[in-house]
Amino acid sequence: MATRPSEITIIGGGVVGLSVALGLLQARRRVTVLDGSDGDFRASQGNFGLVWLQGKGADFAPYADWTRDAVAAWPGFAAMLEELSGTGLALDQSGGFEVFTDRAELEDFSAALERQQAHLGNRFSHEIVAADDLRRMHPGIGPGVVGATFCALDGHVNPLRLLRALRSAVSALGGRILSGAQVSDIAAATGGGFDLSLRDGRRLGAERVVLCAGLGTTPLATQLGFVTRVRPQRGELLITERLADRLPFLSSTIRQVDEGGVQIGGTKADVGPDDSETLGMMATLARHAVTVFPALADVRVVRAWGALRVMSPDGYPVYARSPRHPGAYLVTCHSGVTLAPLHATALAEWIDETSNAPDLEAFDENRFALSDAA
Amino acid sequence: MKIASRFLTRPDAAGAVHLTVDGEPVTARPGDTVAAALLAHSGDASRQSGKGAPRTAFCMMGICFDCLVEVDGRPNSQGCMIPVRAGMVLRRQRGLRPLAGGGEDA
Amino acid sequence: MRDADLIIVGAGPAGMAAAATAARGGARVLLLDEQPRAGGQIFRNVGMNGDTRPYLGRDYGAGKPLVEALDDANIAADFGATVWRIEAGPRVLWSRDGASHVCRARHVLLAGGAQERPVPFPGWTLPGVMPAGAAQILMKSSGLLPRDAILAGSGPLLYLVAAQMIDARSPPRALVETQTPAMLLQASRHLPRALLAAPVLFKGLGLLRKIRAAGVARFIGAANFRATAVEHGDIAFSFTAQGRDHRLTTPLLLTHQGVVPATHMSRAAGVAHEWMGAQQALRPMTDTWGGTDVPGIHVAGDGAGIGGADAAQAAGRLAALDILHRLGLLGRQARDRNAAPDRARLRRALAIRPFLDAAYAPLPEFLSPPDETIVCRCEEVTAADIRRALIEGASGPRQVKTATRAGMGPCQGRMCDPTVRGILSSCGAEPAPPRARSPIKPVKLGELAALAPHQETEA
Repeated sequence: MATRPSEITIIGGGVVGLSVALGLLQARRRVTVLDGSDGDFRASQGNFGLVWLQGKGADFAPYADWTRDAVAAWPGFAAMLEELSGTGLALDQSGGFEVFTDRAELEDFSAALERQQAHLGNRFSHEIVAADDLRRMHPGIGPGVVGATFCALDGHVNPLRLLRALRSAVSALGGRILSGAQVSDIAAATGGGFDLSLRDGRRLGAERVVLCAGLGTTPLATQLGFVTRVRPQRGELLITERLADRLPFLSSTIRQVDEGGVQIGGTKADVGPDDSETLGMMATLARHAVTVFPALADVRVVRAWGALRVMSPDGYPVYARSPRHPGAYLVTCHSGVTLAPLHATALAEWIDETSNAPDLEAFDENRFALSDAA
Repeated sequence: MKIASRFLTRPDAAGAVHLTVDGEPVTARPGDTVAAALLAHSGDASRQSGKGAPRTAFCMMGICFDCLVEVDGRPNSQGCMIPVRAGMVLRRQRGLRPLAGGGEDA
Repeated sequence: MRDADLIIVGAGPAGMAAAATAARGGARVLLLDEQPRAGGQIFRNVGMNGDTRPYLGRDYGAGKPLVEALDDANIAADFGATVWRIEAGPRVLWSRDGASHVCRARHVLLAGGAQERPVPFPGWTLPGVMPAGAAQILMKSSGLLPRDAILAGSGPLLYLVAAQMIDARSPPRALVETQTPAMLLQASRHLPRALLAAPVLFKGLGLLRKIRAAGVARFIGAANFRATAVEHGDIAFSFTAQGRDHRLTTPLLLTHQGVVPATHMSRAAGVAHEWMGAQQALRPMTDTWGGTDVPGIHVAGDGAGIGGADAAQAAGRLAALDILHRLGLLGRQARDRNAAPDRARLRRALAIRPFLDAAYAPLPEFLSPPDETIVCRCEEVTAADIRRALIEGASGPRQVKTATRAGMGPCQGRMCDPTVRGILSSCGAEPAPPRARSPIKPVKLGELAALAPHQETEA
């Protein structure tokens, strides 16, 4: 049985899909969000919660700009979302380190920051911190650390509460979220709009669709004529028992969540659709943590997990309109937390095709089509 | 006021193990776990939860983690899994554990 | 790095029986247990207590020969060993005295036993409220006797603990039973089959006689549990029974609603699990030898489905026979022939389960408790918090966990998974078994960091 078409249907109820939904609802569109099953990969439930600028877009200026804008928009976005949802997000943008235990990696990253600096000019600043200075600043830092970089704009948020707040804000603004709605097929309907078939046999109609389905994107994107293919990249994470003390610093690999646990992450592995935790990576992460901050050796890991990043072919976001099917949009990226404020504003305007919508041509998927042709 | 133990103990022929709880001398029996020794000593809470609620050891078989206690400076030790030893220094935890244990007794 | 033919995790009745059988059959066995001594929970400390605590009863003493049979050149045992990872291969990692150890084997037998079903109600986190089984462990391992306690709930263990307390001259102040006459009537249709386990039935009747003779106050059909803290640290326990409100004061309220398989380890090992409606519990799916869908991993004893100590011993020996067969140490026919007595024993021991499951089924109020009840003891998440997450769209255990933090504490969901499931079910969901991962128990970062390269290498 087909239900009445919704004005815009968003396929994917993670941070990306809900951010877009929130923006469209604030523009007074009617929105339905189709959320998959409890067992889906769901990067939104497994990520590290960084709101991070350092290193982003060093080799792709539009991404550097886009991320810089997103980071700047976070305080206002968080305040709005906390107001709408009644959920605290624990946003903390008091600066973050990349901490290195390998000199060559530090030098490579410093060079990348120089390139990022060149793109962003006075909208960015960073510091290279010598190991001794770092240890003077934070006496708990271990002797194995060779140096760090610091950016005062970096920060983090509680990603699980962000997800929950987005859900509740979307509902509060009248958006409809359907659970257990895994879309298996999508086709242009005769007379306009789209027909969606769900795994459980339900059928839905939609006037416009925005595909925000994370690792579920590729088959549906193909059906809509998009050329973008996404792949999983596994990151493994550890989290410790909760501590009364606050860790004195934030880094891109070690952060203390507001509830008190210390989260350790940052691994990358291309292993397909496998979100297992592996002994090798667990040990690697633990070694990194106790090298950077030796006092953590006494702290227990209570959970380890693998989560799958959603990677486009070049790792940058894709925002695309279907050339073949007007009214179909593709949104995919792996930094859904950092970019959330823009997904809920500028990107929503772009999807809604308002007069002040930004030019997002740089993120179109034609960059893959061209490279394929070449 | 101190709350009496919720358990009766019979003297053990095997002798006594002396330890301290928050600085106070306490006698346990050989073979007791830390959690059992605390339950035999007092009916009072052996820790406070993250939200400050009183708790004592619960499952006694290593699964619930309500018996967490600082043992010889090591916070969040599972009291129901650790046998008592002479001279052991136990401290009740108030709220979440600190990064480093081994503070002064009050 | 050591290796073995068979690693057995858990030295309770199933694990001990399996170890002896496998060792006699020529397999090199490594037996691991988190406790300092063999026995499991049911025969806890039996090797040490000897006859010094006669009130624990004759069945408890029956564990002694099992412990003695571990004295075999083919059995190496490591106690105080907390298993924190089981890999396909298989390989087992465990922690002892702050360092991790690893052993590869051709087979792993998980014999982790049961845990008490959580009995959540308003006030169950207060000092002075404990599971009845925990009090029994204190009697076995420390000689602590519950003082003026109230036993509340249902199930054979409740009667056994009551009788042990009476024999130890520290009888319970009251026995508050949740089963109703209707439940017993409903269960009575299973009685003919239960007669196969007549000695168990007679033992149960004996316990009831003892409780009656001791003049312990009894309430039946009790419900609406609530505990509050009152003066002197006492617990005010209120409940309704047969249409009347009751309020009793006690230093110690001991609750029980039966036991369920402890599935955390088998789930973390990747074994498929199924929901057993009659027992309101998860269990690993096994063949008749305890074999699972993960090559090299068997599960036996209460961890594979509740049957009690006799069933666990039989199941442990059956698993050992199958493993000997797979190791090439025992022919198929010999395996099947040797299995016959234990198959019969298992059948007899299990005959009473349908009766017990029906007569002492957990009350709905403990499966899906009132809103103000703390469900996740670690993270202090209430039933209301979980229901709110469901209203917001959480459709399964993972979404409930990430939305509420239920199950994110050090117990890793052992105390709240059943209740989260109960609440999801009461809202119409059919939740999948919650995923468990390593570390199966918390392990220090320093210990993980100290793993040697050869220990990290996966099978």
